[in-house]
Amino acid sequence: MSPLERYLVVAALLFGIGLAGALTRRNAILALAGIELMLTAVNLNLIAFWRHGGHDAGAAGLVFVLFVIAVAAAETAVGLALIIALFRHRRTVHLDEADQLRG
Amino acid sequence: MDPAFTLLTLGLLAAATAAMSLRHLVACALCLVAVFLAGAGLFLHLGAEFLAFAQVLVYVGAISILIVFALLLTRTRGAESAPLCARPRGWGLAVAGGVTGLLLAAVGTARLPAGAAPPRPAVPVRELGLELMSRQVPALLVVGLLLTAALIGAVVLALREPPAGGEKEPPA
Repeated sequence: MSPLERYLVVAALLFGIGLAGALTRRNAILALAGIELMLTAVNLNLIAFWRHGGHDAGAAGLVFVLFVIAVAAAETAVGLALIIALFRHRRTVHLDEADQLRG
Repeated sequence: MDPAFTLLTLGLLAAATAAMSLRHLVACALCLVAVFLAGAGLFLHLGAEFLAFAQVLVYVGAISILIVFALLLTRTRGAESAPLCARPRGWGLAVAGGVTGLLLAAVGTARLPAGAAPPRPAVPVRELGLELMSRQVPALLVVGLLLTAALIGAVVLALREPPAGGEKEPPA
């Protein structure tokens, strides 16, 4: 197995674990954590392709990962603020109890 | 196989599984820190030093602490005995397993560059900074705007709303 394939397999497994968490966990904060795991898997893929992909694209892969990290930070901040607002209104962070659009 | 890669990978996958399956929420957050640290180790192993440090600063330093704060702010009674999953667990696991299988099949059948090709040499931070400040300036500005907007939005969302009737909350 080539180095690139090894990293792609690891990233696929990490993505699967994150997806399983995001789909099954009842706590909204842990669902958000699952999404973070998926983003880490994506970053790992991007860096592996940059390192072993055989193209001459300069530092493009690294710049992509920097931007993904910045967007992930923004997403987490907004997501956690939403969860705290939900908790203030409904006194719960369980996704199955937040099933109404009405406040 | 490279022992550093094997160790980091095993640690990464074990910590990720624990973070997504444990009942105790603070333990989940600590496992998440371990996942991010192992991810930074893999970045280092791939020769992306600057991103490894950015990963430690942003994910381990900021996002994990934010998650722990959110966990502590939203703690409720009875969380220890409440069910972990909302829907039947099998459906979510089946979907995740299907997606993972699809990805692994795609990796297995793709025509990837031969493993014999020498890996790209590491890019010094100076070159990365020059790239960001020359070709990627518009994207950098957009990301800065996005971060500012997201943080202002997060503060507005998490602010305590005044009580109904528009009157200001009396000082405590």
